[in-house]
Amino acid sequence: MTTVGQQDKTEQEAKNPLVEGLERLPVHPTNLVIFGATGDLSKRKLLPALYNLAHEGALPERFNLIGVSRSDMPHGDFRGMAKEAIEKFSRRKPDPKVLEELLNEAKYIPGSFDDDSVYTTLTDTLEEFDEAAGHPFNRIFYLSTAPMFFPVIVGALGRHKLEDTKDDNEVRVVIEKPFGTNLEEAQDLNEQVLDVLDESQAYRIDHYLGKETVQNMLAFRFANGLFEPIWNRNFIDNVQITAAEDIGIGSRAGYYDSAGALRDLVQNHMLQLLTLLCMEPPVTFSADDVRDEKVKVLHAVIKPTPETVDRFAVPAQYGPGVDAGEDVGGYLQEDDVPEDSTTETFAALRLEVDNWRWAGVPIYLRTGKRLARKVTEIAVTLKPVPHLAFQEDGSVGVKPNQIILTMQPNEGVTITLGAKIPGSRMRIRPVNMEFLYGTAFLSESPEAYERLIMDAMRGDATLFTRNDEVEAQWHICDPIVKNWEAQSGPIAQYESGSQGPEEADELLEEGSHWRAI
Amino acid sequence: MEGVWSARDTSPSDIEAALRELLRKRHEEEAAYVPARVLNLVVVVDREWKGEIENRLDNVGRYHPSRTILCAVEEGRTSIDANASITDDSERTGMTLGWERVEVDVGPQHVKALDSIVDPLVVTDLATVVWAPHRHYEAVDSLLKLSQVVLLDSVDEPEPELAVRRAAGFERQAYVVDLAWLRSTPWRERVAAIFDPPRFREAVNRITAVTVRHHPSSVVAASLLVGWLATRLGWEPGRLARHGDTLHGRAKARRQEVEIHLETVSEMSVPGLEGITIGMDSGASFSFDRGPGGLTATRRGRDGKEQQFTALGASRGESGILGEGIRQALLRDPTYGPALEAAEKMLT
Repeated sequence: MTTVGQQDKTEQEAKNPLVEGLERLPVHPTNLVIFGATGDLSKRKLLPALYNLAHEGALPERFNLIGVSRSDMPHGDFRGMAKEAIEKFSRRKPDPKVLEELLNEAKYIPGSFDDDSVYTTLTDTLEEFDEAAGHPFNRIFYLSTAPMFFPVIVGALGRHKLEDTKDDNEVRVVIEKPFGTNLEEAQDLNEQVLDVLDESQAYRIDHYLGKETVQNMLAFRFANGLFEPIWNRNFIDNVQITAAEDIGIGSRAGYYDSAGALRDLVQNHMLQLLTLLCMEPPVTFSADDVRDEKVKVLHAVIKPTPETVDRFAVPAQYGPGVDAGEDVGGYLQEDDVPEDSTTETFAALRLEVDNWRWAGVPIYLRTGKRLARKVTEIAVTLKPVPHLAFQEDGSVGVKPNQIILTMQPNEGVTITLGAKIPGSRMRIRPVNMEFLYGTAFLSESPEAYERLIMDAMRGDATLFTRNDEVEAQWHICDPIVKNWEAQSGPIAQYESGSQGPEEADELLEEGSHWRAI
Repeated sequence: MEGVWSARDTSPSDIEAALRELLRKRHEEEAAYVPARVLNLVVVVDREWKGEIENRLDNVGRYHPSRTILCAVEEGRTSIDANASITDDSERTGMTLGWERVEVDVGPQHVKALDSIVDPLVVTDLATVVWAPHRHYEAVDSLLKLSQVVLLDSVDEPEPELAVRRAAGFERQAYVVDLAWLRSTPWRERVAAIFDPPRFREAVNRITAVTVRHHPSSVVAASLLVGWLATRLGWEPGRLARHGDTLHGRAKARRQEVEIHLETVSEMSVPGLEGITIGMDSGASFSFDRGPGGLTATRRGRDGKEQQFTALGASRGESGILGEGIRQALLRDPTYGPALEAAEKMLT
């Protein structure tokens, strides 16, 4: 029997009839707190993302911004800094009125993240906003700080009961990457975070997942009947996932020399691409159904052991070379890099997803700085046709088909096909069937941070990394990290502007080649 | 870079051949050239006023149609003149991506069979949108054979009753994107958001009054907004009666009657909506009105206490609305049709 209370609750929780047909779903009134609000990420990405959401009318109708950082400054100076950052880094020229309205109530709390008085002031500020509105707003705490402060801030939020939900308002904590620098750290951090928060409140961000290009992989795989029948070990020979950059580390030596290519790109972004490529169709596209499938893929990856790492992974470092016709120095010549650094700027891995669909299919991952070209792509090479009836001299012949999903710079899908060369003889060469997203969708993609901030405010965790997902990623990378850190000898070198080190070829099966970058 | 062709007293097949040749030349000049392939937009205008429409199309920005076919109708013309061009914009798109534009000058006698002129000019398999801002509806009727979407702006029609009837007529034959409806989008989003937190959701059934303030030309946009509320909330709206500058009427909700007012704001400089106030049975109300930096929201509690804040958002401008219309042609909004039907009941 339904009680009156239950009936009321059911009625309240009934679907909002006004949202059907709206392209942009409502977001509930929110107070957003950015820890590290004066930092580089905040200035370059978060504040401009907030402005663009405001410009488009996507922020909730009631929205308050609070910045927390160590720099001592009054509210007015913070607003001035935020305005300057938005004007400099926003993807569109700001409308002065919208910008003013966005920032005119913004608050700033200076102080150290381990200082309890910061959280007392924060509590008061949040309560003032709630009281002024007459009801509690949702709260988002965005941790845009150095990783060492993640547990400090989450712990303080817990001590000050700031993670508690009141009435039906929600509290969520967005945690930037890197989430740990090895497995133990990631596990410790998860433990400390989940000691205070429920997993449903923790939004571990990997901004790569906010890119339209990455989300398109789901559309490509699950909205097209064309590919699914061949998406398995019976038809696919190998997969190559490449994230190549043509630039060096720039001014990031401080971070990069302690991280390296594996932590910087493989452990997070590239393994995410692998999961999206290999996952089974989820039952629904809800956050947990999607993430359940991704975690299954990570669990199925054969983990390297310290003894087998050399067969699975190759590190290398860029040496001097030529970039765009100019001589350039190597990694060791970059500013602030220790002269004896053995940090890898290139990593190649050979992985295998040991499950029904993928067993035996080598999946190669490759990332590096100062390579020949900037490109992020997934190349799926199909098995050759069983009988080559068309082999004739005078042509390159029939090559296995490839399906190439390009994430950047020109997002699109290319399929290589064998086609007859015009003429009297039956000579075949590969041709490309190319689709560029830019030719079919003229709209400008939102910045990844806009999408992810919106999702966090809306409570959609699909594009955020779950605790078991982070740990499963580390289970794959941790033995490699440990092995490489224990190496005492020199690291393999590759010429700047090249295709990468020759040593990476040793990972490939006989007869296979890395795709040209 | 731009490739241009023009001819007097020409034919559709010559224009089509010229387009193919322009494309071939462009490829010859640059192998990496790619024609955009999103949608065909067929615009039928009075030749005399085509500049104004061209300006609007030039300013739609990133939502530019990939092939625009502008049919300019000129009194007294007996032959067809045409020009075609291909423009690319590698700076904005990062690739050599091109847009095609064809202008065909026709006489009034060509209008009723315009499809026979336009058909060879549209890119096959792309969505084709037809827009007749100067009300060449005979041309729209003819072009419906090859179009999937009719773009219209109900404010172009001087009589709101006719505008909703016309839109409903097209709606039965094609998917309609009405710019008047798109003008109400931010308002619909904000109203939906008010009732979205679970604690406020039940209040959606206690609305007793809706007042929409609008530009004198935008009665249809106002009635579509009320029509949307009516159909989403299961109200039965009755016919509105005019009292001076206001249209007034009632809708029957499940538990209560809802007072409806559509008020003209003559000082508004652009078409669209100026504000909405929604009253509840408790005496509480909330309003949204155009303001600096977004919509000024006012909440009045049952005790009469008021709160005011700004729901942020920049104005899209008329070109922005048209660009949004072009984008919406590739989507499907299931709520427009029912809202239009309700608006028709209120206005006719």
